[in-house]
Amino acid sequence: MNAFDFHAPTSVAEAQELLARHGADAVAMAGGTSVVVLMKQGLLRPAHVVSLRALSEWRRVERTDGALRLGGLATLRELERSPLVRQTSAALASAFGAVATVRIRNQATLGGALAHADPAQDPPVMLLALDAEVETTSRRIRLADFFVDVLATILESAELIVAARVPSPPPGSRSIYLKFLPRTDDDYATVSVGAVAARSQDGRITHLRVALGAAGPTAIRARAVENALAGSRPRAKDLADAAALVRDEVDPFDDLRGTAAYKREMARVWTERALRAVLV
Amino acid sequence: MLVDGALLSACLLPAVFVDGASVTTIEGIAAGERLTPLQQAFIERGGFQCGICTPGQIVAATALLAEKPRPEHEEIRAFMKGNLCRCTGYEGIVAAIDAAAER
Repeated sequence: MNAFDFHAPTSVAEAQELLARHGADAVAMAGGTSVVVLMKQGLLRPAHVVSLRALSEWRRVERTDGALRLGGLATLRELERSPLVRQTSAALASAFGAVATVRIRNQATLGGALAHADPAQDPPVMLLALDAEVETTSRRIRLADFFVDVLATILESAELIVAARVPSPPPGSRSIYLKFLPRTDDDYATVSVGAVAARSQDGRITHLRVALGAAGPTAIRARAVENALAGSRPRAKDLADAAALVRDEVDPFDDLRGTAAYKREMARVWTERALRAVLV
Repeated sequence: MLVDGALLSACLLPAVFVDGASVTTIEGIAAGERLTPLQQAFIERGGFQCGICTPGQIVAATALLAEKPRPEHEEIRAFMKGNLCRCTGYEGIVAAIDAAAER
């Protein structure tokens, strides 16, 4: 790691002033699980590290305006164990709990994870399936518009993530987060799927969201799958046929967790499993 | 290690990040020569062989039992997921934590 000046601002204004003053020489740090690793690898060499840790108002998890508001500095472990998160969506709590190990989750934060934008992360997939929105220091952004590319988001320099807002899923809906990790249990996904579905009294699908992780440069919504099933009363074959559409929606790359071809096929398999979990 | 009681990885925390916090490493678990019930259970239940992973197992299991004094086996395995062992096959580790949980 390079030598750096460490700043621990105690207010948002102070943090933003430090980041504006030092510009490209500074990096904002939340938990530090991404920043420290990147610094140890020499991929990030900031002269100034601005720790956001003291901004305790950004740790709050609460319900406001009928939505779940998750503070950007809440740790993944806090979110995994939060009764409010669990009540809104057990699958969302499960997605937070799927990350790495307890040690990482005790340190990593929601805001830091979103800003890091690794397409194989777990929380963004379920947050996408739940129509989440990101609240920054200057605006609100739909999560579906937030990720731009591998490790790249729409955030401007010195723009910080204050919270994520998750609307309540439709009453009676079912949700699931499935993570396929053929290697070790603490790894990133080879592919993961988040799904939320609701049906009317006569069994028609009234709401369906399907999102995938580790299936391209960013987490994605599988809109072709959603559109193929919207309003229908699907049989098992319809779910299989819809899941097969995901092969053209994903754009995975070869890495240690699988070849692109393998991930494409696994995306189909696990999308079908997720659809069965919420629709059968 | 434990930072204000929370289980964290020392390799991800430059010292300045824990300024002002209470930090406990394996050396701080026992009270001098007096082992904790967990440490004693590791001896009695075969929770270690070569010992390389043992400091981490003890610190992690200490944090687990502080958070959940009587964890189910599934909860033990989930919490301890990040602590790898090449020797024991994990059965002795789970048995030791289980035994310590009942004390």
